[in-house]
Amino acid sequence: MSTSKSQLDRLLERDYPAGFVTEIDADSVPPGLSEDVIRLISARKQEPPFLLEWRLDAYRHWRTMPVPQWSSVHYPPIDYDAISYYSAPKSRKDAPASLAEVDPKLLETYAKLGIPLEEQEQLAGVAVDAVFDSVSVATTFRERLAAEGVIFCSFSEAVREHPELVRQYLGSVVPPSDNFYASLNSAVFSDGSFVYVPKGVRCPMELSTYFRINAANTGQFERTLIIADEGSYVSYLEGCTAPMRDEHQLHAAVVELVALKDAQIRYSTVQNWYPGDEQGRGGIYNFVTKRGDCRGEHAHISWTQVETGSAITWKYPSVILRGDHSVGEFYSVAMTSNFQQADTGTKMIHIGKNTRSTIISRGISARRGQNAYRGLVKVLKGADGARNYTQCDSLLIGDRCGAHTFPYIEVMNPTARVEHEASTSRIGEDQLFYCRQRGLSAEDAVTLIVNGFCRQVLQELPMEFAVEAQKLLGIQLEGTVG
Amino acid sequence: MLSIHDLHVTIDGKPILKGIDLEVRPGEIHAIMGPNGSGKTTFAQVLAGRENGTVTAGSIRFDDGDLLALTPEARARAGIFLAFQYPVEIPGVSNIYLLKSALNAIRRSRGEAELDAMDFLAHIKERLARMQMDEELLYRPVNAGFSGGEKKRNEVLQMLVLEPRLAILDETDSGLDIDALQVVARGVNSLRDAQRAFVVVTHYQRLLNYIEPDFVHVLADGRLVRSGGPELARELERRGYGWLQETAGGAGA
Repeated sequence: MSTSKSQLDRLLERDYPAGFVTEIDADSVPPGLSEDVIRLISARKQEPPFLLEWRLDAYRHWRTMPVPQWSSVHYPPIDYDAISYYSAPKSRKDAPASLAEVDPKLLETYAKLGIPLEEQEQLAGVAVDAVFDSVSVATTFRERLAAEGVIFCSFSEAVREHPELVRQYLGSVVPPSDNFYASLNSAVFSDGSFVYVPKGVRCPMELSTYFRINAANTGQFERTLIIADEGSYVSYLEGCTAPMRDEHQLHAAVVELVALKDAQIRYSTVQNWYPGDEQGRGGIYNFVTKRGDCRGEHAHISWTQVETGSAITWKYPSVILRGDHSVGEFYSVAMTSNFQQADTGTKMIHIGKNTRSTIISRGISARRGQNAYRGLVKVLKGADGARNYTQCDSLLIGDRCGAHTFPYIEVMNPTARVEHEASTSRIGEDQLFYCRQRGLSAEDAVTLIVNGFCRQVLQELPMEFAVEAQKLLGIQLEGTVG
Repeated sequence: MLSIHDLHVTIDGKPILKGIDLEVRPGEIHAIMGPNGSGKTTFAQVLAGRENGTVTAGSIRFDDGDLLALTPEARARAGIFLAFQYPVEIPGVSNIYLLKSALNAIRRSRGEAELDAMDFLAHIKERLARMQMDEELLYRPVNAGFSGGEKKRNEVLQMLVLEPRLAILDETDSGLDIDALQVVARGVNSLRDAQRAFVVVTHYQRLLNYIEPDFVHVLADGRLVRSGGPELARELERRGYGWLQETAGGAGA
C-alpha cells in the first residue's frame, strides 16, 4: 500500500508550465492606498467625475469594513499598503490601435503561453480582448461584432465611449458596498472587459479574454460588466495563467452579468494562476465576486468554471433569479494540490415565480490540497414553484488532503422543491489497478479517472475550452512516473 | 509460457500463498479451484501485478522474463489479462473510451498503429455480438450501474477486445445465471487457440462444464494440494473441499 501512495504523490508532482516573467517597463504608482491614489488612477484613466465619486464612495465604505473571516481558507494578513494599485505596460503610444503597435515582448509572453494573438485573430469564431496587467492592449474582431451592434471592449474604453451604459449598470449587480473585496475592487479597479449585446442579437462568436498578472507586487483588480439586452445571447470565455514568482499576489476581481427578459449569458472560466510551489510558497490569492442578475422573465445565466490554479480561491459565482421563469446554473470543477486552498460555490437566490437553478460541483483534492464547497440556495416568499437541484461531489487523491461541504438552504415558500445530493470518494487503488491492468500507465489512469469525474461539468464548456480544460487537469496530475 | 516456482505471498505480514508451483504452456487451460479464503484471488492478482501482497519467496517467469519485475501495465502490454472478480466502477468514463485507450496503449507499446474511432468501432462490434451485449453498454460509464451479470460479460468483452496471450479469469462465473454462464463460456472458448493460455479461478465446477480445462488444481490454505485432469473437478463437486483439506492436512502433519 505504501508504495502505491508514494506513486500517487509522484504523479502529482509537476512544474508550473507558465512560470516566467516578462520584463516590461511598468508605469506604476507607488504602493499604498489613499483617496489621492484613487484620484490619480481616475485621472490617469481620464474618467468622468461620476466614476471618481463612485470609486471614492466605495473606498470610504471599504475602510469601515472588516476582513471576512467566515471562509475556510487560511492565509497571513494582507498588508494593503504594500500593494501598488495601478500599473500599465508602456507601449509606444498610449493606446495601441492594432497588434503591430503592441510591445513585441508582450506578444512573446502570449506565445510562450500558447496563445499567440496573431493566430488567434485568424481563429474563426473567437475574439480576444487580452488584458496584460491592468490595461487592455489588443482587441480583435471588433468590426464583425460592431456590425451586429455588439460592444466588446476594455472597461476603460467603455467608460470613454459608452458612459451612459456604464453609469446605468455598473454596481447594479454587485454594489460597491457588497463585500470587503468587491468594495476594494470598486475603489481601485484598473481595467477589464465590457460587453453589451443589443436586443434580439445572438452574438456571432464566443467572446474570450485572457488575463495575466505580471508586474511585481501589483494586485490586479479587474472589473467586468456584461449586459445582454432582451432576447439576446452571448457566451463569454475567460482564461488565465500567470508567471511564477515568490510573493503572494492579490487578485480581487468583480464580474457583473445582467440578463434582461429572454436573454441568455453563458460565462465560462478556466483559471490557472500560479498556485504556489510544492512547499506552499507563493501563489495567487484569488478573491473574486461574480454575480449575475436575471432581471427579466425567462432570463438565463450559466456559470461554468474550472479552477485549477491560485494558492487561494475564494469565489461564489451567483445568480439572482429575479424574473419569473428565469434559470440559473453553476457548473464547477475545483482542483487543489500541494498547499492550495479553495473555498468556492454559488448562491442561487430565487425571487421570481417558477425559477429554476442547477448546481453541479466537482471538487478534487490532491497532496495537501483543501477544497470546500460553500453554497446557498435561497427561496424567497414570492418564489412560487421554485426548483433547485444541487449535486456536489468530492474526490480525494492521497490521504493528506481534505474536502468540505457547506450547503446552506433557506426556503421561505412552501411550494419550492430543493434537492441536494453530495458524495465524497477517494481515487481507489482498485480503480488505478483496474486501469493499469488494462494497459494504461498510472498517470494516464489518474487522468482518465479525474476527467471522468469532471465530465458533467466539462461538457458544459464550449468545445475548444473543454479540450484546454482537460489538458490542464492532465498537466495538474502529471509528474515523474518511474 | 508461465512458470511459477515456490511462490510465497504475504498480505500485511500474514502468509496467504505458501509455495505454489505451476507450469502453464501455450494452448492450455488450467482451472484453479478451492474453498473461500484459500488464496485464489490473491494468486490471480499477484499474476497481474497487484501491489497489496508482498512476494516473500519464489519466482514467476513469463516468456522467460521475470514477471515480478514488471508493472501491472507492462504485464498487460506483454499480453496478460485479468478478468476481475469484482469489476471496478469508473464514473464518467465511458466503457468504449476505456477500452479504446487500453487497446491503443497496448498497440503503441508494440509499435503498432493506433486504431481510430471508426476502426475501433468495427473491431468491437463483432465482439459485442459474441457476448450478446447491447451496444448501449459501450456508452455507459465503466461498470457503473451494471448488473452483476453485465459486469462479468463486460470483463470478457474486454478480454475479447484486448486479445491477451494469457487470460486469468477470477471467479468470472460467480453470480451468473445459466444463460449468462454459457455466453461467458462461449466468449472464452472463441478465443481459445494453440498460442493462448487460460488460468480459470473458480469456486464451483459448474463453469468447467462449459470451459473444458486441461488441468485442474486444488488450492487450499495457500498451497496447490492436488492436481489432475477434468475428472478431479467432478470428484470435488461430489465430495466437497472438506475431503481434500482433510487429506492435505493429514499429508502435511
